[in-house]
Amino acid sequence: MALLSDDQKLIQETARNFLAEEGSIAKQLRHWRGIGCSDGFGHDLWKQFAELGLTGICIPESVGGAGMGAVEAGLVLEEIGRNLTPSPFLTTSVAAVKALEGSAQAERWFPGIVAGETVAALAVDEGKSHNPKAIALQAKRSGNGFALNGQKQFVVQGKSADVIIVAARTAGSPGETDGVTLFAVEKGASGLELENVALADSSKAARLVFDNVQVDADAVVGEVDGGWAPLSRALNAGRAGAAAELVGVAAGASDMTFDYLKQRKQFGKLIGEFQALQHRAAHLYGEIEIARAASLKAAELLDAGSDSAELLVAVAKAKAGRSAALAVQEGVQMHGGIGMTDEHDIGLYMKREAVLSELFGSPRFHANRVAELSGY
Amino acid sequence: MPDLEQFRADTRAWLEANCPPEMREPMRSEKDACWGGRNFEFQSPAQKQWLDAMASRGWTVPDWPKDYGGGGLSPAETKVLKQEMARINARQPLTSFGISMLGPALLKYGTEEQKKHYLPEIARGEIRWCQGYSEPGAGSDLAGLQTKCEDKGDHWLVNGQKVWTSYADQADWIFCLVRTSTESKHGGISFLLFDMESPGVSTKPILLISGYSPFCETFFDDVKVPKDQVVGEVNKGWDVAKYLLGHEREMISGMGLGGEKVALGKTVGPIDDPLLRAEIAAFDVDSIAFSAMSERFIDQLKAGEAHPAMPSMMKYAGTELNKRRHELIMAAGGSDVLEWESERSKEGKAARDWLRTKANSIEGGTSEVQLGIVAKHILRLPGT
Repeated sequence: MALLSDDQKLIQETARNFLAEEGSIAKQLRHWRGIGCSDGFGHDLWKQFAELGLTGICIPESVGGAGMGAVEAGLVLEEIGRNLTPSPFLTTSVAAVKALEGSAQAERWFPGIVAGETVAALAVDEGKSHNPKAIALQAKRSGNGFALNGQKQFVVQGKSADVIIVAARTAGSPGETDGVTLFAVEKGASGLELENVALADSSKAARLVFDNVQVDADAVVGEVDGGWAPLSRALNAGRAGAAAELVGVAAGASDMTFDYLKQRKQFGKLIGEFQALQHRAAHLYGEIEIARAASLKAAELLDAGSDSAELLVAVAKAKAGRSAALAVQEGVQMHGGIGMTDEHDIGLYMKREAVLSELFGSPRFHANRVAELSGY
Repeated sequence: MPDLEQFRADTRAWLEANCPPEMREPMRSEKDACWGGRNFEFQSPAQKQWLDAMASRGWTVPDWPKDYGGGGLSPAETKVLKQEMARINARQPLTSFGISMLGPALLKYGTEEQKKHYLPEIARGEIRWCQGYSEPGAGSDLAGLQTKCEDKGDHWLVNGQKVWTSYADQADWIFCLVRTSTESKHGGISFLLFDMESPGVSTKPILLISGYSPFCETFFDDVKVPKDQVVGEVNKGWDVAKYLLGHEREMISGMGLGGEKVALGKTVGPIDDPLLRAEIAAFDVDSIAFSAMSERFIDQLKAGEAHPAMPSMMKYAGTELNKRRHELIMAAGGSDVLEWESERSKEGKAARDWLRTKANSIEGGTSEVQLGIVAKHILRLPGT
């Protein structure tokens, strides 16, 4: 069923009201950007997420969470996207939670996440493009645990994180899925060098260098050499979540643009009267609706544990990325000169889209996955 | 639910006993479809037997009321029947514009007499209908139609010309938009039914770029039509037409779904060219996403949550996608699929199908018209 249940509509409404009010561009993104905050988001808002039960949305009820799934997380993320609200929700409450789920490390970190006190990050990429199979960061048995050597980049909110889930290679060679192991590395680990980088959208991501970082054996998340399964779970949840957030970015940018077409006059007419713009706006509307349907379908299949979930997640991430890119490009163009100014919000949507489209795999990465999963 | 399971068991047994084996083979081409009508030549005794068997139960139109020749089935039972037919690969017993287009309009706007008269004939496949909408001067601007229909007291007198009339040369009757008043553009149109054998009606097939002739020019020269053959009120035919166009757009938007269960990249043979593979992969992303949208749209329709202009978005997106699909099939096929007259190419099937898809975004309202509808009714952009 591709429609929302009453409970889901309630979550959507709660998230919509909360984020429109507290998570607005003026209150959050522009505020934290303006004061040069090193986290790029507000911890008070993260606490409010927790008070609404959102931080633990994907955490089982037995551990204090809400026990919901990708569909509900996606509803929250669409509203986050619409308001460009900076928060650790996607990486901490969706991706990292899915990596930790069912492991011994879950007990350690879930209570803090539920309480809105803990931020968790995911360290996967080692090059400029997402390619998890190529993981090369080395983890060698050493003493009671492992020694980690190598580097990571695009670790979203790595500087703010209390724990970073690091995908490392304990066996095999780059290109193989066997031999990957996940480690929960705590903040301030000795030998871990962290560079906090502001991205184009004013969010923060870290570059990490591991120089003989020692971790105990119990830092392993799941099985040694068997990290590919929890990593895939985390990445797929993250991709579906990013797709939903991209749909929100697209919806926010396009709503702003459609409103502008009804206000701006040139040649004595509202520019929305020009057919050249009407048809592009109508096309854009359709692309966003289709992206939303794909994103919802992917989330439903993930929650149902379907065999087709992986394919639909790839479709959703690619489609949402493409549709959001169209939305922000048309948005800036149709706003004309004002769209190029920092003062106007439409450019902020363009920057966020660029980061989210790249996160967990670009539209091209996922189109290629669709081809591979389909057998060509 | 036990009743529904009983219905399923009964239906399965009946289909098993009544669907001839030949009617469980996939159709080789459109020519294998059963269109019915006064002059229809059945391809085989099995085709006629299958139509008669289904019509005797009202199952050519399972969800229409029994009084009008339908099966009187509930939506759930109709779904079961479709599932059970799909299970044995049963062909549609009857393909008909009467079922897909006129029927729904008559059920909503027809008088009791009209429903009792026309619907059972449609259900039994006795009368084949065609649709007279477009005119040489009224394509995208359909409401600009000029076919004149004068009130002559005891009958209507029709003069004018239609174009793009699908299968008019093979149809028995026509449902037709005519101008009964020139005082108002939209408010001067009536929805008229008449026999194609009436004196003064003539048709001329149009040869298309695909080499097929599915459409005709249709001429009316002093055609007399009985007064009771108007559907809905005189001068209110535009309401009926719009209702019917909604059905047509849903049907055409479904064309974009062709084979979406299998990725295009799996169906075109080995792809050596990395640039082509990338284009096909991008297409498959859009195609699979659109099928998720179709599912969602159907659920929204059923729940009454779909915007009334949504079929326009679906028609636009679905037909543009289908054109892209066939462009890629041609690209992947290289010079093999350029053969027009060879057994190897099944007489140029791929190329003819490719050319046929170009009409998808023209018929039933062009892509540009659909975008205009979305802009106006969903986005509420200013202007006409």
